[in-house]
Amino acid sequence: MSTGQLVIDVQNLNKRFGAKHVVRDLSLQVKQGEIFGFLGPNGSGKTTSIRMLCGLLTPDSGSGTCLGFDIIKQSDQIKLHVGYMTQRFSLYEDLSIRENLDFIARMYGMHKRKQAVQQSLSKLGLLERQDQLAGTLSGGWKQRLALAACMLHDPQLLLLDEPTAGVDPKARREFWDEIHGLAARGIAVLVSTHYMDEAERCHRLAYIANGKLLAQGTAQEVIATQRLTTWSVSGANIIQLAEQLRGLPGVAQVSAFGNTLHVTGTDAEQLLHSTASLRRQSDYHWELTEPSLEDVFINLMDAVGSSP
Amino acid sequence: MTSRYFSWSRWWGIVVKEFIQLRRDRLTFGMIVMIPIIQLVLFGYAINSDPKYLPTAVLSADNSPFARSFLRSMENTNYFRLVKNIRNEAEAERLLAIGEVQFVLTIPENFSRKLLRGENPVILLEADATDPVATGNALSAINSLVQTALNRDLLAGLHFLQGKSPPFEVRIHRRYNPEGITQYNIVPGLMGVILTMTMIMMTALAVTRERERGTMENLLATPARPAEVITGKIVPYIMIGLIQVTLILLLAHFLFSVPILGNVALLYAAVLLFIAANLSLGITFSTFARNQLQAMQLTFFFFLPSLLLSGFMFPFRGMPNWAQNIGEVLPLTHFLRLVRGILLKGNTAVDMLPSVWPIALFMLAGMALALKLYRKTLD
Repeated sequence: MSTGQLVIDVQNLNKRFGAKHVVRDLSLQVKQGEIFGFLGPNGSGKTTSIRMLCGLLTPDSGSGTCLGFDIIKQSDQIKLHVGYMTQRFSLYEDLSIRENLDFIARMYGMHKRKQAVQQSLSKLGLLERQDQLAGTLSGGWKQRLALAACMLHDPQLLLLDEPTAGVDPKARREFWDEIHGLAARGIAVLVSTHYMDEAERCHRLAYIANGKLLAQGTAQEVIATQRLTTWSVSGANIIQLAEQLRGLPGVAQVSAFGNTLHVTGTDAEQLLHSTASLRRQSDYHWELTEPSLEDVFINLMDAVGSSP
Repeated sequence: MTSRYFSWSRWWGIVVKEFIQLRRDRLTFGMIVMIPIIQLVLFGYAINSDPKYLPTAVLSADNSPFARSFLRSMENTNYFRLVKNIRNEAEAERLLAIGEVQFVLTIPENFSRKLLRGENPVILLEADATDPVATGNALSAINSLVQTALNRDLLAGLHFLQGKSPPFEVRIHRRYNPEGITQYNIVPGLMGVILTMTMIMMTALAVTRERERGTMENLLATPARPAEVITGKIVPYIMIGLIQVTLILLLAHFLFSVPILGNVALLYAAVLLFIAANLSLGITFSTFARNQLQAMQLTFFFFLPSLLLSGFMFPFRGMPNWAQNIGEVLPLTHFLRLVRGILLKGNTAVDMLPSVWPIALFMLAGMALALKLYRKTLD
C-alpha cells in the first residue's frame, strides 16, 4: 500500500435502530498512516459508525470499502486486518493476561502464536504478571492490554473506541505516544474520544452529533471553517460578568477558563456591538483570541441541540 | 411524604422502575405467566400413576370360547389393550425388548381342554417390569380376573368348575426387574435427567454470558465463524457429560446394584448422541436469550416437561395420547428407553434403532436452528 492511500473510504452510511436514526449519511475517508479523531457527544453515533466499519453492524444503506474490502460483503476479510478496541473492556476477565492474548492470537489463526504472545507481553512489560487474571488489572492496564490484544495480529487499521476513557493522564500520554509510533509505521488509526487535548493530537478530525457529520479536516481547518470570534476576558469578577454576557444577542458561549472568560460568537459584528458597553468597563481586560477546538465543538453541539 | 428512615416515594419509584423493567423484559414476563399456565395444564392432566390401556400382545395357541372370553374380560378391566396377535416366542421377546408392548400374554395349547378336565391350566403373562409402577395395578387386576372371568361360560353343567379354587391360573413373569425394584428404573433414568439439566443449562449460559459481559463484541470482531464458536463451546460440555455418565454408572452399579446387562460401549454411544442433542438445544437457547437469567428460565421451561412427560417420574403409558405425543418429541423419552433397554434388558444395537433416530433428528434440528439464529453481528 503506497503512502496516502485510502484505508477507509465510505459513503452515505445510514443506520437506524427502530425509530432512532443513529447514523445519517456518514461519509469518511482515512488515509494510511493517519490518526483520525472521531469526536462527538455521548450517543452521537460514534460507536455505531465504528462498528459498521469493522463489520459488527450492517449499514441500512450506503457503501464503501475498508482496506479495499467491501464493508458489507467482505466483513470477514476486514476482520482479519483490523484491530478493534471496544469502548468497554471486552477481553475475558476470568482469563489471565497470557490466556487472553493467546486466545486472540488463536482467533486470528496466527502462525507464530507463542512467539507473538511472548513479544507482546514483554513489550507491555507484563511478563511477570502474565498469569494474573485480566479482571484484576487497573483501568490503565486493562486498556493497554486491550490495545496489545488488538495489535497482536499486525492490523493495518486500528479502530479505537474511546480508548482512554477513565485512564490517568500519564497513561494517556504513553498511549498516544504509542499510537503515533504505530501511525509512523503506516498503520491507520481511527480513534474516538471526548478529550480536546487528544483531538489536537490527531492528524485529522471529524465531529459527529446526532448521527450527522458536522465538520471534518485538520484541527486548524475545523476551527477556521466555523468562523468563530472569541474574546478572552480577564478581570476581578468574571463570574458576574459572565452572568451579564449570557443571553446577549450574538453571544453564543461564555465559559470560564481559570481566571479568564471565553466569549464566543458566530457573528463578529454583532458580538462587537452587543458587548460594546461592557467592554468599556475598566475592571476587565478584553482581547481577541483564536477560538479553541473546544469552543468550536461546543458551538457545534449547541447548534445541533437547538435545531430539532 | 418523606420520612427519615423510609421514604415511601423512593420506595414507589423503585416499584415502578421494577415493573417497567419487567414489562420491557418480554421473555421473563412471558415465562412468569406461561410457566404456571402451561405446566399446570400439561402436568395436571398428564400425570397418572395408574396407567391403563397398556399395549398387550397375545400369543394364543388356543382359540376356544374360553380363551376369547378371558381376553375380552382382560380388556374390560381397562388395564390391557390387545394390540397384536403374534405367532412365536421370538417376536414376543422382541416386542418387549423394544418396549412396543408392556405385556405378552401366552395362552397354551389345549387350554380349554385342560380347563374342562379341571387340570388347572396356566396362562402366562409376561410384563415389562422395568418401571414397576407402570405395571403394578394391571397385574393386580388380572389376578382378580381369574376368579370371575369365566363365570358366565362355566354355567350350565360346568358350574362344578366354578368353586373355591380358581379353574385356571395366570402365571406372571415380571421381566427385566423381577423384584420390582424402583431404583432399577429410577437410577438409569436419573442419568438422562441429570444430563438434560446440566447440558442444556451450561451451554445455554455459554453464549449468553459472553453477551452479558460484553466479550461477545470482541469475539465477533475476530474472524471466528459461528460454526466454530458454537461447536467449540459444545466440546467441553461433552466431556463433562461423559464424566457425569461414568459417575452415575459407577454409582448405579456399586451403590444401587443396578444390573448392566447390555454393552457398555453401546450405552456410551447412546449417551454421546443424547448429549449432542441437549447441547444443540442449549446453544439454540443461548442464541436468543439476552441474559443469563433468561437462559436459565428457558432451560427450566424445557427441563420440567422433560422430567415429567418423558416417563422418568411417571409411567409414560399412563399419560393421555396428546401428552405422550409431546413426550415422544423429547430426547429424554427416547434416551430413557435406550438406557433402560441396555442396562436392564440387554438390548442390542438393532433394538435401539427406534429410539435413536428421534434423538438424532432432534439434534440436527437444534443445530440447524442454532446456526441460523446465531448472530454474526450486533444488529
